[in-house]
Amino acid sequence: MGDLFREIWQMATYYNLLFLAQGAVTTIALSAFGCILGGLFGTLLAVARLTDGAMTWPLRMLALIFTEFFRRVPFLVTLFLCFFAFQFAGLDVSTLTVGCVTVVLIGTAFLAEIVRAGLQSVHPNQWHAATTMNFSLLQTIRYVILPQAWTVILPPAFGFFILFIKDSALASQIGVVELTYVGKTFSNKGFSAAASFGVILVIYFMLSYPLSRFGAKLEKKLAPSRTR
Amino acid sequence: MDYTFQFGQIWPRLPYLLGGAWLSLQIAFLAFCGGILIGTFCAAVKTFGGGITRRIVNVYVVFFINTPQLVQIYFLYFALPDYGIFLTSYMAVLLGMTLNAGAYLTEIQRAGFESRRQSEMEAAEVLGFTRLQQIRYVILPHVAKVLFPPLSNHYILMTLGTSMAAIFGVEELTGRALNVNAETFRSLEVFSIIAVVYVVVTLFASVVLALFGRFAFRAKMRIV
Amino acid sequence: MPHLELDNVSASYGALRVLDGISLSVDRGETLGLIGPSGSGKSTVLRVLTGLLKPEAGVVRIAGKPVNLGNAAEVRALRDRAAIVFQQYNLFQNLTVLENVMIAPTKVRGRKPSEVRPEAMRLLEKVGLADKLQSYPDQLSGGQQQRVAIARSLCLKPDILLLDEVTAALDPELVSEVLDTIRELAQEGMTMLIVSHEMGFIREISARVAFMADGKVVELGSPTEIFDNPQMERTNDFVSKILRH
Repeated sequence: MGDLFREIWQMATYYNLLFLAQGAVTTIALSAFGCILGGLFGTLLAVARLTDGAMTWPLRMLALIFTEFFRRVPFLVTLFLCFFAFQFAGLDVSTLTVGCVTVVLIGTAFLAEIVRAGLQSVHPNQWHAATTMNFSLLQTIRYVILPQAWTVILPPAFGFFILFIKDSALASQIGVVELTYVGKTFSNKGFSAAASFGVILVIYFMLSYPLSRFGAKLEKKLAPSRTR
Repeated sequence: MDYTFQFGQIWPRLPYLLGGAWLSLQIAFLAFCGGILIGTFCAAVKTFGGGITRRIVNVYVVFFINTPQLVQIYFLYFALPDYGIFLTSYMAVLLGMTLNAGAYLTEIQRAGFESRRQSEMEAAEVLGFTRLQQIRYVILPHVAKVLFPPLSNHYILMTLGTSMAAIFGVEELTGRALNVNAETFRSLEVFSIIAVVYVVVTLFASVVLALFGRFAFRAKMRIV
Repeated sequence: MPHLELDNVSASYGALRVLDGISLSVDRGETLGLIGPSGSGKSTVLRVLTGLLKPEAGVVRIAGKPVNLGNAAEVRALRDRAAIVFQQYNLFQNLTVLENVMIAPTKVRGRKPSEVRPEAMRLLEKVGLADKLQSYPDQLSGGQQQRVAIARSLCLKPDILLLDEVTAALDPELVSEVLDTIRELAQEGMTMLIVSHEMGFIREISARVAFMADGKVVELGSPTEIFDNPQMERTNDFVSKILRH
């Protein structure tokens, strides 16, 4: 055990710490990027699924298929699909770009579901009252539903953000310089696997745990305002 | 884009790939069962246990929930040998997934236990049910109904989670796809196909679980 | 010519037939009361009249002119003339009372807020809630919320007001304030179609009463006829049961 701590101490050089910081920042940034853009696109998909009428059926179907597909394909497989898609399209993009596209695709699908559930949690009579006053679907969502739904949307969306931080570890497999990749690099450079991955585990913990405590507080704070 | 899709090379290898899907399901199932056992024990400790055991369980749960499964498996596979514990890749993946599942399932099951309704138990007690009968006829049905949807959902997530076993050389679905890719270089085709296989398999599992839930527990579960 | 008319209207929710050849009419300035047991289709009539449910058969007419409920533009025109107040969860919870009343005229009809505000304030004063303009719905009692809902509907300047069991979800002591508001509207000559369980009120305020059961109009007549002298046995069954207690 003493060897381990000694080794970690040796690991803590300026450049290594910088590298670790870079990995941590990339990890968070990937998840945040996926959640922010995913939230925007996901909301569009959620609204698309709430349209009705024969004309918009293709839109509803596409939104449904997209959402179900990217929720049911593992992160790694989506990552590889994006990687090879870019390769065969002849586009020479960085691995980070591939990672970003992957997280946006997956984030969109999951957040579309969360937003849709939130919109539907608003009492149907709120929808009916708006419809009978000739609000369009977009007006109803913008002025009535979304302002009420966001308290139902935010906790699970934030929870997804925290989950995504851990999922993004898989991006290391195509060479994105996030936290797990840093750990693998340390291990390859000669540090013991226990030290390398141990440190990485601790850093992930230090990122995830405070956020999840914050998320729990957020959920508590938003719960009472979910009154009708 | 100057790429012609050639699925022709993939179809003969389809049985091989589907064999990988079967392995994925097995791994998920075994890890889930192990996770349930751990989860039940730990949830019981957290609900009914004393101070020290509760603390230990808490540390376990909090640690495994807040770190990525991939890195947990990396540690088990690469770091444990330094301490004399040599796991095959399959064992490392299974152990990692089981410990990870155990932590999540502890939380799910704890929520389930805590949903037991005091008033129903008191009513049963007053009607003369013994403790055992209370558990069997009053608590268990309700808790099972509450637990079934989140447990089913987590099982589906675990099935998807088996794909990271490929990184360690385990030949489940994604692992076999990587093999086929190495042979044929038809990357887009093979990964598209396994993506579809994952979707189909998890959809099938969702439908079966939802129907079972509605039938056995009257738990209204959405399929899609 | 009646102001509002349903002519042999039938409607279903999926496989369940909820309206079976309904014919009703309301003259201008008249109040028609709709009574009947749960599931008789009373609320469904109102839903059809606001375009929330498309009928399978029959015609709806406003001032003699038929409305094609399958045509979005005609449904919008219908909603401009007929406003509905629901039993509960009427008001938009995220907006203040004043905002609730103002939002449809400003956002949907595109009128200027400076124009709409004085009208909204006048209507809220009329229903007795001038001091609650900045309150949110969850700070009001059920009766207050329903009065705001009525003010909100009136701000749309409808010809016809449809009231769907608006006091059913209220605590008993809050019912009379809402009924007072409705009574005033009737006296001012608003054409109204009221679905309610408040038999005493229906009897007092309606020019005519329709008793519905199983999706059909069983009997139609003056309040005295329906309540004191029902011709149909079904009507008699219902009326005698409610008046007994």
